[in-house]
Amino acid sequence: MTALEVVEPGLRTLVQDAGRPGWAHVGVGRSGAADLDALRLANRLVANPQDAAGLEVLLGGLRLRALGPVTVALAGAPVAVWVDRVRVGMHAPVEVSEGAVLRVGAPVRGLRTYVAVRGGVAVPEVLGSRSTDLPAGLGPSPVRVGDVLPVGPSPASLPFVDVAAVRPRADEAVLPVLPGPRADWFVEDALAVLCGAVRYQVTPASDRVALRLEGPVVRRAPRTAGRELPSEGLVPGAVQVPPDGRPVVFGVDHPVTGGYPVVAVVRSCALGLLGQLRPGEPVRFVRG
Amino acid sequence: MTGTRPVVRPYGDEALLVDLPDLAAVRLLDAALTAAIAGARAVASADGHADGHADGPADASVRAVLDVVPAARTVLLRTRPGVDLTALAARVLQVWDGIDRGADIEAVTGPRLVELPVRYDGADLREVADLVDLSVEEVVARHLAPEYTVAFGGFMPGFAYLTGLDPRLRVPRLATPRERVPAGAVAVADEFSAVYPAASPGGWRLLGRCPTVLFDVDREPPALLPPGSRVRFVAVDDRVEGAAP
Repeated sequence: MTALEVVEPGLRTLVQDAGRPGWAHVGVGRSGAADLDALRLANRLVANPQDAAGLEVLLGGLRLRALGPVTVALAGAPVAVWVDRVRVGMHAPVEVSEGAVLRVGAPVRGLRTYVAVRGGVAVPEVLGSRSTDLPAGLGPSPVRVGDVLPVGPSPASLPFVDVAAVRPRADEAVLPVLPGPRADWFVEDALAVLCGAVRYQVTPASDRVALRLEGPVVRRAPRTAGRELPSEGLVPGAVQVPPDGRPVVFGVDHPVTGGYPVVAVVRSCALGLLGQLRPGEPVRFVRG
Repeated sequence: MTGTRPVVRPYGDEALLVDLPDLAAVRLLDAALTAAIAGARAVASADGHADGHADGPADASVRAVLDVVPAARTVLLRTRPGVDLTALAARVLQVWDGIDRGADIEAVTGPRLVELPVRYDGADLREVADLVDLSVEEVVARHLAPEYTVAFGGFMPGFAYLTGLDPRLRVPRLATPRERVPAGAVAVADEFSAVYPAASPGGWRLLGRCPTVLFDVDREPPALLPPGSRVRFVAVDDRVEGAAP
């Protein structure tokens, strides 16, 4: 059977797809690719269903040996890519012959590069998804040296795009937000502070669960002082503010429910960008 | 109890959050919404719209709901992208208005009763007894007495917030949470009781241990205690099963 052998997993590589909806009421979050737009693009380039499972490579370093001929495509954080010693491109289908090694370099910006393989990574499904959910302990473990990842049967259709034109990311990360469901727990100008001229900075304590930010403090309204919000459901992109006033932006591995008020919510179109923000990087919120 | 109309708020562009007055209202709306979504999906998958059944934007918006997440005072609805949230909000209020006020809360909690065996040898049993000024035996008896209802989940897969706890057993969480609560720990905090499905950090006070597997992806359904389930604890004797650690 066609498969990919992990020669070097890099810092951390996870099997991810569009996640596991429909189980939040029993405590299982959706999880899935942190930059789903990038995974979907890579899948389209090899004519996979958009939500097929691929590999989410954190900061490059992945090396895979093809056990059988495969077609792959990469999208997401920009990296150099080699097949054996030949440099190949991102955003295009790439043929990897049997025994050849695909190598993913380190991204110059962004965090996560996605490798789609024609036929998809065919590890067993857990609750309808192949994604790795680290907080819940569901799905495959992070890939390790020597892992053999099965590749599913090729889809009937052929890739019809040679190369996707991808707009490079803007220099400044701008996250459009809508007022959150608990905006009224904060002082009147809280959203203005969040969306003000002073930028936030992504701290190193950031991961797929949440981005923790350093920057202007968002204050609670005095009337909510000492009050506790009963736990309520969360979504990715929710900007939650703990008592210290430092905003936390939830990512795809967010807890299913949480206990601090949500002042704003990042628009769904910007969730992919959330999955690419590096520690130290400046971030600006804008309304709308 | 459930007279106040819910407040429905947008939560970003792919979700709605419904504010409710109390847990009983959460149970009612959760059950009614879950039924409405299942109904809308069944109609859509039956035979398209060959029967001339009008499929308005409200039905489409209901079918686009991917997750219904009940919590203590809220129900969150997460949808597919591009859904008309205004139509969905209107439908949520319609579903609420259609709930039979005469129906008892038990009518929506369903017939499922799960019995969970417990060995009452938890690390905090003595402390809880002291905090509420009862004997250990009385704490155990009061924990065993009621039938509990699963209000909501969310802390980890399979974790269920059980309501119905004897008010006398209400104790605050630990000031400093434990780094590791063992799997199967039976615990109380505030108005809730629960069983930890897997080892995790936790701040609830531990009364005992339950050997039942609460979450298993290879089981159908995987969670033993979805919202609405009824639960009874049954004491098991330590000595019967051999040495305690």
